[in-house]
Amino acid sequence: MTEPAFSLSGITKSFGGVRALVRGELELFAGEVTALVGENGAGKSTLVKIMTGVYQADSGAIRLNGQPVHIGSAAAANRLGISAIHQEPVVFDDLSVAENIFITARPRRHGMVDWAQMYSRAAGILAELDPGIDPKMLARELGVAQKHLIQIARALSNEARIVIMDEPTAALSHREVEELFQIVQRLKREGRAILFITHKFEEIFALAERYAVFRDGAAVGSGLVCETDRSSLISMMVGRTVDQVFPKQEVPIGAPLLQVEALSRGEEFADVSFTLNGGEILGVYGLVGAGRSEVMQAIFGLHRPDSGRIALRGETLNIRSPGEAIAKGIAYLPEDRQSQGGILSASIGENIVLPCLSGISHRGFVNRRDEQALATRFIGELQIKTSSASQLLEELSGGNQQKVIIAKWLATNPQVMIMDEPTKGIDIGAKTAVYRLMGELVAKGLGIIMVSSELPEIMGMADRILVMRRGRLRACFSRADATPERIVAAATDA
Amino acid sequence: MLKSLFLRAPAVTGLSLLIIALLLSVSIAFPPFLDPVNLKSAFDDTALLMMMAVGEMFVLLTRSVDLSVAANAALTGMVVALFNAKYPGAGILPVLLISLVMGSALGAFNGLLVWKLRIPSIVVTLGTLSVFRGLVYIISGGAWVNSGQMSHAFLNLVRLPLLGINLLSWAGVLVAILAFLFLRYSLTGRNLYAVGNNPEAAAYAGIDAGRLQCVAFMLSGAIAGLSGYFWVARFGVAYTDVASGFELQVIAACVIGGVSISGGAGGVVGVILGALFLGIIKNALPVVGISPFFQLFISGMVITVAVALNSGTQRKTHGRHILESSKVTP
Repeated sequence: MTEPAFSLSGITKSFGGVRALVRGELELFAGEVTALVGENGAGKSTLVKIMTGVYQADSGAIRLNGQPVHIGSAAAANRLGISAIHQEPVVFDDLSVAENIFITARPRRHGMVDWAQMYSRAAGILAELDPGIDPKMLARELGVAQKHLIQIARALSNEARIVIMDEPTAALSHREVEELFQIVQRLKREGRAILFITHKFEEIFALAERYAVFRDGAAVGSGLVCETDRSSLISMMVGRTVDQVFPKQEVPIGAPLLQVEALSRGEEFADVSFTLNGGEILGVYGLVGAGRSEVMQAIFGLHRPDSGRIALRGETLNIRSPGEAIAKGIAYLPEDRQSQGGILSASIGENIVLPCLSGISHRGFVNRRDEQALATRFIGELQIKTSSASQLLEELSGGNQQKVIIAKWLATNPQVMIMDEPTKGIDIGAKTAVYRLMGELVAKGLGIIMVSSELPEIMGMADRILVMRRGRLRACFSRADATPERIVAAATDA
Repeated sequence: MLKSLFLRAPAVTGLSLLIIALLLSVSIAFPPFLDPVNLKSAFDDTALLMMMAVGEMFVLLTRSVDLSVAANAALTGMVVALFNAKYPGAGILPVLLISLVMGSALGAFNGLLVWKLRIPSIVVTLGTLSVFRGLVYIISGGAWVNSGQMSHAFLNLVRLPLLGINLLSWAGVLVAILAFLFLRYSLTGRNLYAVGNNPEAAAYAGIDAGRLQCVAFMLSGAIAGLSGYFWVARFGVAYTDVASGFELQVIAACVIGGVSISGGAGGVVGVILGALFLGIIKNALPVVGISPFFQLFISGMVITVAVALNSGTQRKTHGRHILESSKVTP
């Protein structure tokens, strides 16, 4: 048996009494991809931060090629040849592409930064990755996928032996993912050891030789990918067999609720028409950047459409702001919980009552008792795990945060609920809870538009599925007609 | 090279044009403004602003602000004036040394509070601004140190003529050149940009943001200390209110010159132009007969416009280009 290029054993890490890692075990092998999977909160990101020197382990051993090493800082990790490609690209917008690549090791001559050498070496590395990127460009001029490439170029430039990729495909389109896979294959051939963190099982089976599963801060299983399958990985992750991930409720479809006709806006989307019925979950599928969120934001009044008609129960709406949309009974759960969904530093109660403050205030002052009552009601209804309504949102897990944000919109008594990637970044248990909640809402006659990039979720939950590609509606499938192949074919240029 | 400089920094292009227009109109309206004696004095004034603004830029680049630069200059200026009054024979070298060491020590005090205690820089330097000013009063007993008590060497260094301008102006030029080289070619200088641009990414890259903030404060302090000596020598007097309120002009010069208040962006060229612009307004408007209050109004307007333009250029196109234009819906 070959010796691992990098190994972690018995790693523990606590933050103020909370144990984030109980038993971190991991082995990486040269020329192989190891997929790391686990629910949110399983300790994956803590493990990555220990590997990259951002955190120090409380105990345990780290070995590089069999030799014990100490990774005391991010700079030390760089020196040891450990490089990470983070989920959200970590780049410096106002620095040049070349400097971004060499940020940890700018070439120098006589102690001074050697710009000529930096540019030429960057050009050499970029020529293999994406010849379209000029090393002198500012990073702010690049798209998300290209920013990922910069991080990969960073790993290539410092001859990293250990490359960590933390959900690198989360923000990439289908074709960009293909390109990334080719780069990963190349890194493999060059004998680098790769840790690939992902939530997508297809990627594990397409790319990885080995897997490691974490649950509740501990390694619960590892082995060769060819000797396992999807359901055993899932059962390792959740510690139980998941037989019913999508608790789809059969609800009678009611009368047309929201009608959208020929909606267009600039270069974003054109001629989008659809109808949402009461009691219906309408799935909207498409690749990232297909224009789905833009359409939803136009319906919600965040951006005005150039032309088209939006009607609620037959009445034409002229929505100029989100406030008016809320008043008409339209709610919008944004995709990015952290920045658009809720106020992390405010309490659960304050978050829930935010969109309906006028309902519980008297002469301009918020009635605290009403706020508490409302918050407590929703905490009970949605089974939000918290000590009290005054706990801060940032202290909750991702799934519970999402529940608070759903509660916040339910408090406005909406008729139409638009949910943009409602289960993004939350673990399987919390996902199921969100799905159940969606079922209960449509049972009450609400209409839900669920924008999602996850095919199983769309197919499992939606009554009808709209597919968008490049700003236009390409197809509409009923639940019975939808197959993964047909949906993906409509969403991609293929 | 020049082209890319102007393209990347719209502030630089606009400001250059504005300065030329300003100089032309003032010279036409009031030809004596171009008198060498007047220009020399204007350049000396501007050199002080320029030096301190360059120091301030280091701090601004790291997402901090140093409000204590003028108070630092006043305190250091008073200390060297008292030293000179007591030991007039010691010569000029100890004076320069004291001003640099003391200035950087005061800067390091700010920097350590920001770095180690993680207090926001605006709070730290708002405090030390008053502390430093108060100390000037305490060590001087509220008394003035006049030019009569200062040695010739102390007073004349800044007035040493060299190639048509005074040594003080050359000092400003030298500081600017050194700062340019430092920011462009040293690792520390480059890292100042990195931490201001994206502190989180800097942490991942192993760059210690706090340490660099402290370095920036020390540099800013050292320059402020040196400027304190220059200030006292140029005007031939040290007292509690030396350079009172000058920190606002220093920050204004940076902002007008395109240095981002949110860190990570800006350059020496812009700061020099920003300082020149304010220097010209300050020196030209009085000779044209515009009241000091109107000067305040004008520089205030310019700062506001500069900030608005800055944030305008940073905001990108608001909509994404998604739509496939050529094909028709199937």
